Amino acid sequence: MNRINTKLEEGKKLLSIYFTAGYPKLEDTTTVIEKLVEAGVDMIEIGLPFSDPLADGPTIQESSTAALKNGMTTAKLFDQIKDIRKTVDIPLIVMGYFNPMLQYGVEKFCATCAEIGIDGLIMPDLPLAEYEEHYQATFEKYGLKMIFLITPQTSDERIRQIDAASDGFIYMVSSASTTGKTSGFSNVQTDYFERIAALNLKNPQIVGFGIKDEETFKAATQTAQGAIIGSAFIKTLTEKGIEGISGFIKSIRP
Amino acid sequence: MNYNVNEKGYYGDFGGAYIPEMLYPNVEELRQNYIKVMQEPDFQEEFKALLKEYVGRPTPLYYAKRFSEKYGTNVYLKREDLCHTGAHKVNNTIGQILMAKRLGKNRIIAETGAGQHGVATATVCALMGLECIVYMGAIDIKRQAPNVARMKMLGATVVPAESGSKTLKDATNEAIRDWINNPTDTHYIIGSVVGPHPYPDMVARFQSVISEEVKKQLLEKEGKENPDYVVACVGGGSNAAGIYYHYLDTPEVGIIAVEAAGKGIHSGESAATSALGKEGIIHGSKTLLMQTDDGQITEPYSISAGLDYPGVGPMHAHLFRSGRGEFISITDADAMQAGLELCKLEGIIPAIESSHALAIFEERKFKKEDIVVVNLSGRGDKDLSTFIDYFKLA
Repeated sequence: MNRINTKLEEGKKLLSIYFTAGYPKLEDTTTVIEKLVEAGVDMIEIGLPFSDPLADGPTIQESSTAALKNGMTTAKLFDQIKDIRKTVDIPLIVMGYFNPMLQYGVEKFCATCAEIGIDGLIMPDLPLAEYEEHYQATFEKYGLKMIFLITPQTSDERIRQIDAASDGFIYMVSSASTTGKTSGFSNVQTDYFERIAALNLKNPQIVGFGIKDEETFKAATQTAQGAIIGSAFIKTLTEKGIEGISGFIKSIRP
Repeated sequence: MNYNVNEKGYYGDFGGAYIPEMLYPNVEELRQNYIKVMQEPDFQEEFKALLKEYVGRPTPLYYAKRFSEKYGTNVYLKREDLCHTGAHKVNNTIGQILMAKRLGKNRIIAETGAGQHGVATATVCALMGLECIVYMGAIDIKRQAPNVARMKMLGATVVPAESGSKTLKDATNEAIRDWINNPTDTHYIIGSVVGPHPYPDMVARFQSVISEEVKKQLLEKEGKENPDYVVACVGGGSNAAGIYYHYLDTPEVGIIAVEAAGKGIHSGESAATSALGKEGIIHGSKTLLMQTDDGQITEPYSISAGLDYPGVGPMHAHLFRSGRGEFISITDADAMQAGLELCKLEGIIPAIESSHALAIFEERKFKKEDIVVVNLSGRGDKDLSTFIDYFKLA
């Protein structure tokens, strides 16, 4: 049982924030994390920037491009957050694409995460079959929870496979879209949220994509146990910088 | 050793389907159906009829007499440049549009670099009356105005990719994003033997008509099906996959892959992936690709817009690693000279991509009795302005 499991057992509706490491400035990473904790978020996804983020929309891609230009690398991120557990005790997840992890070395990457106190990984382009065949043993050896995504198009059968392979939570993508694309939730999404709730999965679900304000946060957490905000938070960072963090979090969960 | 794809979608260590879950239903639908659909008699009949009547196949296998004399060997050119739309790309787009129709899709998306695959896709969409959206890097749109105009005339919508480096790899990212956002009615026609399984295999199968024809044509001309070598340029590698396909498991036929060295392999401006690339993941496939030590994908360079892709298809990565393929890289300068030489010796203006394959004869010696089949993948009309600038012809 790691921090993710413990946090989920608290039973409250979790607010989780994604941000791109090294954005807006290279050395902002730990400051952003600490400000988010101060503002009361429950969990943080630290985005490791990638040159070609397929599942992301323009906001996150632009922040990734800027972070890479700032000089962010895998080694740099690990160095920046090496002492993060001295000040932060909420669950921390590293979210990134698989190629930088592969180049760093999957085992070394996992070992470093464990040493720092990272609790889980989200790798959207590392699919279930490849994970189970090649990487699951290594992730588990270092106590890292692999978080899988599901979408409205994912079949019940596959959702059950993903549920069986997961031990943490399931990242429920709210609509068929890249990040930052949707505006508000329709009946279709509400039906999808209810369909998933009715499956009685062993893992709790946290909704992501399209959450941007108090209203969408509330709608998403009607049935799910929490929600993740990414693009809307990055936009705040772009417009208001670090100073905008606490106001943004208050506006989501007053 | 097996040089074709295995049941898990791998060529040796390379291939697979490293895709976000949002793409899984589409790619899985394709994986479960592509071979079944391709083997249906009515699919085969329609595909073959269109290749014959619309594309103009079979393309000639032409003995290049003066070129052969100059290099002291026997060079045949597989004339894919004579295909409708000017290159081999249309073999694949015809196949995929028929596949899309059978899967009930009515909206087609594609990526394009120089615009050749975009034109070939816009062409078949016009032929079938389907909506067509082509993603093209904003920088490429400026560089390739005539092909942008062609696509528009053919009824396609050309959408600039403004993200990242604004070239082919970014256009591919944007097309993939479109597919994520339109998961039910859309088919993505990938233009090369790249992307997640089953794309590399599906595209290779559609292009395999090239080596199927070479076998028959060579039997007529030389009394044997097998040449000593087949030669093709490799960007992503679809024309190469086509001319290698029926020779993969015939070890007496040498496979030669020609990559673009750009301004020189170690100049920092190159697209020679086998020399400069490392194993990694690009566009859903594990393959060799050009990247930083940190795993960020880098921007390749070649004078030829069709060869500046930072990866190669997984089939080619496997041919390289296993040693089955001989990989040669050719600079811009040598390719341009070879292109001009073919004009003067044979009266054929080749695409700059194909000119890379022709340039190997200056450095790679063949025996007098060897039979070498070069895939002349495209014609050079689209490259006229580059030839004009390079040789100061105007």
